[in-house]
Parts: sequence; C-alpha cells; structure tokens
Amino acid sequence: MKFAVIVFPGSNCDLDMYHAVKDELGTEVEYVWHHDTSLEGYDGILLPGGFSYGDYLRTGAIARFSPIMDEVIKAAKEGKPVLGVCNGFQILLEAGLLPGAMRRNQNLKFICRPVELIVENNNTLFTNGYEQKEEITIPVAHGEGNYYCDDETLEKLKKNNQIVFSYKDEVNGSVLDIAGIMNEQGNVLGMMPHPERAVDSLLGSDDGLRLFKSILSHWRERNAITS
Amino acid sequence: MQLLHEPSPQMIKEQRIYAEMGLSDAEFQMVEDILGRLPNYTETGLFSVMWSEHCSYKNSKVLLKKFPTTGEKVLQGPGEGAGIIDIGDEQAVVFKIESHNHPSAVEPYQGAATGVGGIIRDVFSMGARPVALLNSLRFGELANSRVKYLFEEVVAGIAGYGNCIGIPTVGGEVQFDSCYEGNPLVNAMCVGLIDHKDIQKGQAKGVGNAVIYVGASTGRDGIHGATFASEELSEENESKRPAVQVGDPFMEKLLLEACLEAIKNDALVGIQDMGAAGLTSSSAEMASKAGSGIEMDLDKVPQREKGMTPYEMMLSESQERMLLVVQAGREQEMIDLFEHWGLEAKVVGRVTDDKKLRLVHKGEVVADVPVDSLAEDAPVYHKPSAEPAYYSQFQQQEAYSPDVANINETLKKLLAQPTIASKEWVYDQYDYMVRTNTVVSPGSDAAVLRIRGTEKALAMTTDCNSRYLYLDPKVGGQLAIAEAARNLVCSGAKPLGVTDCLNYGNPEKPEIFWQLEKSTDGLSEACEILETPVIGGNVSLYNETNGVAVYPTPVIGMVGLVENVDHITRQQFQQAGDNIYVVGQAGDDFGGSELQKLLEGTISGKAPAIDLNVEKKRQEEVLAAIQAGTVSSAHDLAEGGFLVALAESTFGTTFGASVQLQGENVVKECFAESPSRYILTVSQEQKEQFEKLVPEAICIGKVTEESTIDVKGATGEVVVKEAVQTLEDTWRGAISCLLK
Repeated sequence: MKFAVIVFPGSNCDLDMYHAVKDELGTEVEYVWHHDTSLEGYDGILLPGGFSYGDYLRTGAIARFSPIMDEVIKAAKEGKPVLGVCNGFQILLEAGLLPGAMRRNQNLKFICRPVELIVENNNTLFTNGYEQKEEITIPVAHGEGNYYCDDETLEKLKKNNQIVFSYKDEVNGSVLDIAGIMNEQGNVLGMMPHPERAVDSLLGSDDGLRLFKSILSHWRERNAITS
Repeated sequence: MQLLHEPSPQMIKEQRIYAEMGLSDAEFQMVEDILGRLPNYTETGLFSVMWSEHCSYKNSKVLLKKFPTTGEKVLQGPGEGAGIIDIGDEQAVVFKIESHNHPSAVEPYQGAATGVGGIIRDVFSMGARPVALLNSLRFGELANSRVKYLFEEVVAGIAGYGNCIGIPTVGGEVQFDSCYEGNPLVNAMCVGLIDHKDIQKGQAKGVGNAVIYVGASTGRDGIHGATFASEELSEENESKRPAVQVGDPFMEKLLLEACLEAIKNDALVGIQDMGAAGLTSSSAEMASKAGSGIEMDLDKVPQREKGMTPYEMMLSESQERMLLVVQAGREQEMIDLFEHWGLEAKVVGRVTDDKKLRLVHKGEVVADVPVDSLAEDAPVYHKPSAEPAYYSQFQQQEAYSPDVANINETLKKLLAQPTIASKEWVYDQYDYMVRTNTVVSPGSDAAVLRIRGTEKALAMTTDCNSRYLYLDPKVGGQLAIAEAARNLVCSGAKPLGVTDCLNYGNPEKPEIFWQLEKSTDGLSEACEILETPVIGGNVSLYNETNGVAVYPTPVIGMVGLVENVDHITRQQFQQAGDNIYVVGQAGDDFGGSELQKLLEGTISGKAPAIDLNVEKKRQEEVLAAIQAGTVSSAHDLAEGGFLVALAESTFGTTFGASVQLQGENVVKECFAESPSRYILTVSQEQKEQFEKLVPEAICIGKVTEESTIDVKGATGEVVVKEAVQTLEDTWRGAISCLLK
C-alpha cells in the first residue's frame, strides 16, 4: 500500500505523518506538493496538521482551493481512504467532504496535551483494530477544534454512525464532544487529535498506530494480499 | 543627495539630531573622523543602530571577553548567528538565546512573537534545522491587571508564532517578582540540528557575487528597534509602539524551508538573517567578516509602502527577511528555488572589494561608509563600577532564620507561589510535540528530545534565579550555571555548553555595571569548572522603568547530550518500593529563598554559597549512576528546598513518599535552598551498585503505593502528613486561580 502525504504551504505535521507511516507502519509513503495535479498510484491520502496558508482568513479556507484538492476529492469519490488530521480535518470540512465547521476552542486558547478518546465506532476502515468504546490516549494540539454542526446534521451523523471518536472529557467545546467524524461512505475521516503523534511509546503513547494499521489491514483484505 | 524633508549634515551636527538617534557627542565626532566629513541623515542612522548596545555590545564587551568560549567540541563560538557544538556522528547542535524585552513591554503579543521569529532565523541561518524552542519569562507579581495582561499576551504571542511555524516549544521558566513589573523579560531560545557539512557562515565573499534579498517586504515597522532596546523604558515609550515589529509565522515557515533547501545548493556563498538593525547589520556584518564591501541599489529592495527613504529602509526591522550572497551567474537558480515556496528573491546588490557599504537610491549614492567602522569599530566602554550600598548591608546580616509554626501549611503555601506552582496553564498553549521527538515534555527539570535515526537525545533547559543574583551577583551567577547543568544531569545528559541572555538595568549607573561585572565573573568561573563553554548569547541592558532596574538576570540556556535514550530519566517517581535518596546536606541557606520571600515579602542576606568542585563531583557521580541504569527518577532541589522537590516528584504519578529527615533542624531540612542537591530513587535491586557510584547519597525512605506525603522528623515526630492530591491540586491550580 502506498500513501500520499499532502503538503500545503504551512503544513507542519507532514513529517510526523510521513514517519508514522514509513517507520512505524512500515509501508510506502511520499510527500505530494499542493501544486501537483495527480494522485495516481496512491492508495491512501493523508492530509496532515499545521497552519496551511497561516490559517489566514479561516482554517483550511485557502488550502481548499489548492490544485491538489480536486484530486483529493476525486480519490474520496473513488472510495480511497482519506484521513485529515487537525488542519487536515479543517480542510476536509472546507472542501465539503465532511459536514460541519470548526470554531475557536471554547477557552479561546490553543490546547496541547494528551487526551482520552472513546472509539465510538470500530466498524470502519480506520478503526477496525480498536474495540468498540475503547478508551485510547492521543494528543490534541489546536486552537480551532471546537466542532459545530446543526441539529439536523448531528442527527444524521448519529444515525449513520459517522461519529468515530469523541473526547472522554470536555476539551474544546465541541458538540457532543466530537473528536472525529467520517463521511457517509465511510472512507473519509477527519479528526482533531493526532494519531501520528501516538505511534511510539517512547513519546508517551502508541495508541494511534492501530489507526494506521487498520487502514492497512482493510486495504490488504480488499486487495486480498496475503503475505 | 539630501532628501527634502531630512535634515542636512550641518543641521544634524548643529542641532545634535544624532543624540535623538542615540549617539553621544564623542561618538558623533568619531563618525566625522572616520568619514573625514559630516555624515548625512542616512549615514548617521547607520552608525547609530550599529553602535547601539544591542548591536555592538559596547558596554558589555569587556566583560563578555571573560567567558570561556572554546572547547574540543565547540565548532562555532560567539560571533555568528548561533553557536555550534559537535555531538558526534558528523552531527552538531546549534543554539542561541535572545531577548525581546522592550518590545514585549510595549506590545506583548507581537513583541514576544517576533522574539521567537528572530531566534529561529538565527539558527536556520547557520544551516541548521530548528528542532526546539524554549523561553524564559519574568513578570511583576500577578496582582494587577496590567501584569496579567502582559503575561497572558506574551504567552499567547510565543504560542502563536511557535505553533504556527511548527517548532515545538518544549521548555522554559516563568518567574514573578515586583522588580519586573514595568519591565518584563522575554527571552527566547532556539535549538537546531545540523550535519557538519551544512554549516554556513554569514560572509559576503567573492567580488561580483550577488546580494539577494528574500522574504517579506520592507515596511516602516521597527525602525530604530535596536536603539529603542538600548534605552530605559518610560511612560513616553508608549509612543514607541511603531518600533515594535509585527510577525508573520507563515512567511517564516516558507522562508525556513526555502533557506534550508538553498543551503544544500553550492551556489550559496553566505546567508544571514535581517534581525536587529535589519538590512544595515546583515549587509555590513557579512561584508566585514569576509573583508569585502557591498553595494546595494535600494530601489530594488521590495517595499511594503510607497515613498520609503533610504534611512527607513536601512533601519527597518520588518520581520522574516534574509540576506543571501550567491555566486555570480547562478542567481536564477536561487530565484527559482524561492519561487517554489511562493517567495520572491531579488538581487539588490553586489559584493565589492573596497570594504565599503555603498547605497544607491534613485541613481544617487546616499551612503558610503567603511563596513568595518559599522561592524567592528564601535567604541568600547569600560563603565565605572561601584559596589551598591545594599550589598555590604546584606553581607553583614546574620543568616536569616525563618520562624515556621506549621510545616504542612507552609508547604502548601510554597506550592502555590507562582514561581513554584505548575506552569501547565502556560505550556498547555504551546505545541510541544510537533515533529514528534519530544520524550520529556515541559514541566520536568529539562526537556528531552530524541534525535531521530540515532540512539541519542538532547536535553535542554533555561534557568536563572535572579533573587540570588540580586543578593550576590557573583555567587548568583555560579548558582545559575550550576543549576542549569544539574537539571540536565537529572535528565540523563552530559552538559555541553551555554548560551546566555544577560538582562540588566542601565549600565551607565555604576551599581548596575558592578552587578554585570560580578555576575559575569561568577558565570565565567562556573562555566570553566563545569566545562560548559559559552557559545553565544545576547545582552539586554537598560531594563529599567522609571529608574527602577530589574534584578540582574543572566538567563542560562544549556544543552546536554543523552548518549542513549535508555538513559533518559524523569523527576517523577517510577515505582512503589523504590528507595528515596538525598544527595547533599541542608545548610542555613535562606537568603533569597522562596520561604524568605513568602514570610517576609522581600529578600535579604547572603545568597547560598556554592562549592563548584563539589557541584562538579556530584554531577559526575549522579550521571554515572544514571548511565549505569541504577536510578529510577532524579530531581534537583531548587526553589522551596527539599519538601517542594519531594512533593513535585509525586505529582503526575499515583505514588506517595514516606521519609525521615536526617538533621535536627526541621525547618532547615524542609525548606533550605542549599545548592548541589538531588532527590534520587533507586530500586531494591540496584541499591548496592548505586551506593557504590554515589557514596554520598543517604537513603531517607521509600516511594509508597499510598498516595500520601509522610515526613517524619529525626526523632520520629510527624512533620508532614498530607494527601498528594491536596498538594497537587494546590500546585496545579495556583496560576489559573491568580489570573481570574
């Protein structure tokens, strides 16, 4: 399986995403510059965290117009796994691949710390390696992670089991303490916590590694690769 | 050429306009002698910024010379953007600390943010990849709304810049004392990693080579910032707001990535950041170091505003700008490289061989001055020094003997002192994990980052207890170096070297100069004995508001090498049943202590005396014991003394401690701030080997399953019995409580 890490001007978790996949998951991965116009040959698309375009105007609002985004949308429609973390999640919202919007954290401050998440849906290609309702530790680092959507959307998210992760304790003011959601088809996941920062117990937690392993094992099953 | 609204050379002299720019009468005469004519307005500006204390160190140079700056591992000492120390395997660590005090006093968010931006550029201009940020902050007591505002905005500014550019802010310190009320200190440190082959120098070599400007365009912000930093603050300084720059971390992220790519290209000859005194210092210093000259056409300088004068362009401190020297004929390669990152690179001049900085504007020469006279020939002063009256009084005082009725309550009060209390409120706002190398996060004695692809790690810290320096600058200086080194040792690292940021009052006052003189003596001696050379730093003088100086505050940034990630040690207890050891005895050391401050509201007496040879021996023994794998946790005893350190070792764990004090004097055992001491924990299996390695260590108790601090006196009486949770809540909540 080969992953693409999309690099926007101002992305800064691209390196972490790259090393998580390459060193810890042990699969192929390449950086793809936002000006590129093809994602041909990649089996999974990763949108990393950071401050694309300095987060000027609104988080993700400018990155959404980068040339590569047409290809990301195409890959999502084709059913390829697309994971957006932090700023990547914000870009997916702006691009309309996921519903809802981000507001500034309720305390109006940047928050960086390991938090406890609950796996709300383990029946996804991103979370098949977790137990349902399992509690895992993954860090957050964001100033705008206060997820919002209207009641109608929220009902839909609940009904379709699109809420994948929630915070065990209140962190940033998100509705229903939502930490991560996926699209209806189940191949696009956006989450504020950083699984790529939790892949090595030396740094505190390796609970995030199973997310990447889940993607890989799903892909192998689908492509019936037996190794 | 004389611009219409600028004063003529004659007027500059007659009306002493140079004095407003910070030049003295004698200095102006020197300029006249150097040029053999009167300088015009632009030239007067060039000299005034380059000869400011901030750029020339004219008042501190004689003292800085005392620092040991060499060592077998030192690859680059003071004089370049940042110092460099070898860490083996063809890799090196690059680091530097710098102040942004005056801007932060006037506009705290941008002042702090641009301080971070500036120090990052110093590090990547050496060719290094910045891997970590630290800071050291001082504010008045958190009692009035102005101080709270400064504190909150400075922290937000540091977070805003560091988080966006994606370099983790991994450590630092914050202290509060009324002497900083009008003049907060904001010192930022950056640590980078580099391969030996990539080390760059800021030199303009090769006649005919191109001088290329990259990054943000030049605006009218920060004009005369370096001069502003070299005078006392007063109420009038509110009007100096335009001297504070505005930061754009997104621009700097692009600049960082592009410059690191440019460094791999052999067309690059030299690179330097446009920091203090912007285009003036970068061009003059690069030419001076290479023994060359530079001619620039200012019409080519990207400008943010219309109608900028040469004076404004040369003195602007607009942020996120770099000056490059590139081989003639290969300019386009560089221009293309920067374009990939969405940045404009512009050829603004050429290297010449006449050792002059010559500026052309609208076809006319507007400045023509020898580069060495700007970069090297600033006057050097040895200011008069006088021992302040307070010092001899303090020295004659009897040792302070605190009267403590209730040890338990006093411990709680100490844990709630903002200087001791948890700084979680601060570092929660810093992304300390990005780039995923942070092994030991903020809140420990030192931060530790692994070096990806190796077994090694870097430990880093900033330290300075300025109360000790106020009481006795020489001893206080020794203590500052010793504590920084001790913090690194506790984390499992061997200290490598020092970057210092000397924050003092007005050096023209003999008592202030005396503080500077004595403390640099103390710092030098400690660096010599502990073998931690000073590889760079910064001097910030004139930290006074309405005539009141800050305590002498030489902030020490220190970096150490952990040979193997297995050696990384934390201050938190690791398992119940481990033996608790103390290294070093408590003495009658309460001068400048947290306890004295708590009980008296002020400090006096003698600073704790330190024997640097004992310090060194203990550091070596403790490090050897850690490297041998015999130590479970390690914490140094600092502000607040033994009890505070013991309590801190339980915070963030599920454990408690049960110990018995050794000496008869309970208050001394609990709260004295005698230096060179540690709390170490050792498992039963490692006990024997550990005791051989650290023969001085005394076993005083055990880490317990029960989460209680249980301290008994020498005769078995109960001294403290308190749930860890109660203590931890007090410690953790104190700062946010004070901010409400």
